Parts: sequence; C-alpha cells; structure tokens
Amino acid sequence: MITKDYIITSAQGMHARPATQLVKLVKGFKSATSLKKGDKTVKLNSLLNILSLSIKGGETVSVIMDGEDEVSAAVIIDDFFTKQLKEL
Amino acid sequence: MKGIGVSPGIAIGRAFVIKKNAPATNGIVLKNQVEIVAEIERFDISVVNALAEIDAIKNNSQLMLNDDDIAILETQVELINDPQIREDVVAKIEEEKKTANDAMIEVTAGIVALFESMDDEYMRARSADFQDIGNRILKYINRTGDTNNRSFEPDTIVIADDLTPSDTITLDLNLVTGFATQAGSRTSHAAIIAKSKGLPAVVACGDELMTINHNDFIILDGLSGSVYVNPGEDIISRYSAKSASFRQQAEVLKTVKDKPAITADGKQVTLLANISDADDLAMVHDNGGEGVGLFRTEMLFMDRDTFPDEEEQFEFYKKAVLQAKGKPTVIRTIDIGGDKHLSYFNLPTELNPFLGYRAIRISLDQEGLFIVQLKAILRASAFGSVSIMFPMISNVKEIREAKFILNKAKNELFEAGVAFNNDVKVGIMVEIPSAAVTADILAKEVDFFSIGTNDLCQYTLAVDRMNEKITHLYDPFNPGVLRLILNVIEQGRAHNIHVGMCGEMASDPLATLLLLGMGLEEFSMSAASIPAIKNIIINNSEATAKQVCQQVMAMDSSENVIAYLKEITQ
Repeated sequence: MITKDYIITSAQGMHARPATQLVKLVKGFKSATSLKKGDKTVKLNSLLNILSLSIKGGETVSVIMDGEDEVSAAVIIDDFFTKQLKEL
Repeated sequence: MKGIGVSPGIAIGRAFVIKKNAPATNGIVLKNQVEIVAEIERFDISVVNALAEIDAIKNNSQLMLNDDDIAILETQVELINDPQIREDVVAKIEEEKKTANDAMIEVTAGIVALFESMDDEYMRARSADFQDIGNRILKYINRTGDTNNRSFEPDTIVIADDLTPSDTITLDLNLVTGFATQAGSRTSHAAIIAKSKGLPAVVACGDELMTINHNDFIILDGLSGSVYVNPGEDIISRYSAKSASFRQQAEVLKTVKDKPAITADGKQVTLLANISDADDLAMVHDNGGEGVGLFRTEMLFMDRDTFPDEEEQFEFYKKAVLQAKGKPTVIRTIDIGGDKHLSYFNLPTELNPFLGYRAIRISLDQEGLFIVQLKAILRASAFGSVSIMFPMISNVKEIREAKFILNKAKNELFEAGVAFNNDVKVGIMVEIPSAAVTADILAKEVDFFSIGTNDLCQYTLAVDRMNEKITHLYDPFNPGVLRLILNVIEQGRAHNIHVGMCGEMASDPLATLLLLGMGLEEFSMSAASIPAIKNIIINNSEATAKQVCQQVMAMDSSENVIAYLKEITQ
C-alpha cells in the first residue's frame, strides 16, 4: 500500500473538471485507490464521492493506492496532482 | 425585473419559455425477486441510453462544441456512470423494494440536498448538475424519450427556471441571443457557459421571471442584470443604440485583450484590477489584467454580526491569492469609518467622519484586530505574490507603527511554525495631501506607493464628494491635485520605489496620456475598464504623453486642462 499527501494547487480546488480527469485516470488501474480529506475517506472511482468532499484550493488530501500496480499508479497520480491539476 | 448580470452584452428578441415538469414518485412496492431484478435492469438500461444520448451530442458536428463543452459532457458521462450512484439506487430497489423511478428520484434528492447544504458556492451550484443527471436517467426509466426537441426562431431569448448542462450545450447559438433564469448564481453552470460562449445572460431573477409568456418581446442587459418585458419605444431605442455600440467596442477591445500594454515607442505599463473578493478575478483574467493593484478587504467585514476570525480571513485572502494564479495581489488592510460602518463595531458619531476615526487610525488603535488581519494576510502570502498596503497614511510615524505591528505578527507566526513570505512588500495609499507633499520622506519607509485619487482630490480641494451642492468643485484635473500626483510619482522614482494609482482617475481615458507622461507605470482599475485604457496606451507613445504632461502642467485651470485633453483624445 502506498499513501501520499498532496496540497491542492488549483485555486478552484477539486472542481468538476479535474475531478472528472482523476476518475478517468484511476479507471486504468487494477489497484484500489482512495482519497482522504480530514477523517473522510472515499473511493476514487466515484466522481460523486470526490465532489462530496468539497476540496478547496490549498487544502491537503491523501491518496491511498493498494494493489498489484500501485507503484505505477502512484507515479501517474503524482503527475496529476503536481503538474496537471494547475492547468485544469 | 432584475437579476444578477453574469455575462455582459445586450440581447433583444422574443422569449422562448422552457418549463419543466418535476419528476414524481409512484409509491409502488415491489413484490418479489423477479420484479427487483427487472427494476435493476431497467435502471442499467436507462444508464446505457443516457450515455448514448451524450455520445450523440458529442458527435453532433452542427453544435460546434468547444473544449469547455466537451469537458462538461465528460463530467456528465462520469456522473451517469458513477458506481456510488448505482450502488445507492440498487440498495433502494433491493432493500426498500422501490421501483427504479422512485429509487432514482430519492437518491438524486439526497445528493442535491447534500450539495445545497455545502458552504462553498461553487459546490452548492453543482446541485443543479446532479438534478440534471437524475432527470436524464429518469427520462429513460419512464421511457418518455427526449422532450428537448426545441426549434428556435432567430433572435430567441431563452427564459427558464434554470438551465442544465444539457440545455445549454444544445442551444443553437446562431438563433439564441441570450437567456435569463429564475434561479442560479454567478457560479451556476448557466452563468459559466454564458460567459464562455459570450452570450448575454441574467440569473436569479426570481419567480416573477416565469410570468413571461412565449413570444413576449424581451430586452436583456447582461451587465446590469435588467430584464425588460414588452418595453416601450424609448427603452427599445435606447437599448438598440447601446447594443450597437457595445458590439462595436467589444470588437475593438477583443483585439487588445491579449496584447501587452506597451506604448508605440516601447514603454511597458502594468494594468491591474481593483477587486473586492476572489470571484472578481475571473473578470480580471478575461479582460487581460496582470494582477490586483487593490484588494479591498472591507467586503468580508460587512453585513455580519461579528468580526471574522483569523481563519475566516485567511481563507478569504488565500482564495483570492490562488485565483490570481501567481500574479501580484496588493491587499489593503481594512478601510472602515468615513462612509463605511460595521453594525457590530461601535464607531462614534462624528461631526467630520471623513476626517475622523477611520482606516489605519482604527487599526493602530485596535491592535488586537489589526494583528489578526495581518497574520491572516501573511499566511495567505505563502500561496502567491502578496503585498500589504496601509490606507490613510498621513505621516511617517503611522507607517513605522504599522510596520512594528506587522513584525509582531510575523514573529507570532514564526514561533507557531506557520508558513508565510517573510519578504512580503509593504506599501501605502497616498491619499492625504500631507503624504503626497512628503512623499520623499515616506518613500524611505516603504516598497511602493499607490495613489488613491478619490480621497486625495477630496482632501486637497476640501470638497465633500457626497454633498450635491458642491460636487462641481470635486475635480481631479485641478492643477493643485495634478501637482501633488506628479510629486508622488517623481519622488517614488527618485527613491527607486514603485508607484501605482488605484483611484478612479486610473480608469479615466481622459487622464491616461497625462498620467503616462507624468511617469506613472501602474494603473489599477475595475476589470471592465482595462481593455479601453490598454487601447489608449498601445495606440500612443511615451514621447507624446510627455509632451501632453508638459503642456498640462503649465496650464492655470482645470477647464483648460480638460478642454485640451478632450481635444487630443478625440
């Protein structure tokens, strides 16, 4: 299992567009992926669940990846949070 | 009637009213496992059909979808396909023996209620998107098919309770010239789409909007938020002229939006915006603004019962700093008193409130409140390029005291291990004549000046701007005011500090060349004014501006100054 923390770098936070991209991204993994904000943890395969966390710019979230391709999943998710998110 | 204008422009045409029937539950209780399986299957088939409908919209070349439209449709696909939504619907069918229709209605209502209760305006606005998804699936569950076959005439103005993503994407922009909705907000889907498509739009018009009938003659002003129903000849002719000039100006200004503000002979000028909250920044970016020259913080303190605490202030400033996307943001500490009062802060009744207990005078007197604001601003400085500006400075002692308290705030944050930018720039508003006259002294204490022409003019000429009997004396082109402005700019340059202007004069096209000639390098104004001022800068040279300044500074009256400036800006 791999857990990584990220500060949300987009001003709008995890609004519909980046959250959609993230869900599309994790569909390609065999590993189970979850997103944690505060004491709430949700599965990353549901856009409804991500939006319901109401993640704002500047907040910190944890991504948890668990499964056979967790290492490659971590690399792709890292790229999303550190590079792509600013552009969305 | 009036709503919130969310996308500027004038639309004139006939109403097309969209009324939707709210879905209703049927209350049927499923009797056995066969019915349960059938209802789950009914839901799954409806999802497949709803997805096929989105695919059809995506592949419809006639709709000429842009990237924003595609992104919205992709979000819809993910929501229709959402495993959590399916899980909730299936649970209601299996455990509560509800039909697919009732299960979908209840699940949708739950999600809508959850999002409507959120404190974030953007997230609240998403509740309409979930209702849209629910309705789309329900349409197939009940086999009512697509009821959205709408044939519009040219110059149609759409009137609706609210417009969903599927409504707006399928609007034929060759025929629809604007829309007004009963509900909605600045961040609702309809507002975002209207701006991206350049359609004049007004939202949140209230129940009165739905009294409009099909084919009523409508005029809609997307800037002021006004909607006129079957107006008289005078309003029609006034708005027809307005519409023509808006279109003409928009064409000209569109061409300068993305150009840098550089004069014909290569002088670079910075054009910034004055804002009151983070939401104003979308318009700043849309109009080619290069950052924020004045972030008024009073908005957060008004219309409430208590002072906002450090955390709330921090969130408010941070949101704006993040929205500025790395561009400079000058945050002015609270400027209350004078004509701005807070119900929960007992300001004394004064004979001369504009010469009284206000702005930095209150901050220095109420150190506890001041340090909370400074800590919140400092914390926001970790998220972008932030400067702090003190208003109403009249002497050097006030600056030193304010900086002393700022250092205290820094020390408290440092000891608590909280991140902030230790090199945050500090500046003052120059709006009191004594500050303008002693600009050489004050320049040694700060990193920048920002000239507040509204108050500087009022104090220099001893004219209360609110007093109708003497408003004719309020005159920023008075030679006395001009000499003070010139002194501030020259002293700033002599002491190598940055000088900007954030008063009304910065957005007055009549004053642009004169100020440029004085050596002003930064103009801060309402976002909507930026393109017009940029247009003047691009189409003139610094050499010309210097000649204009020389001529004006030799004149003996504002009448001569104004007549001359009008003549050269024709």
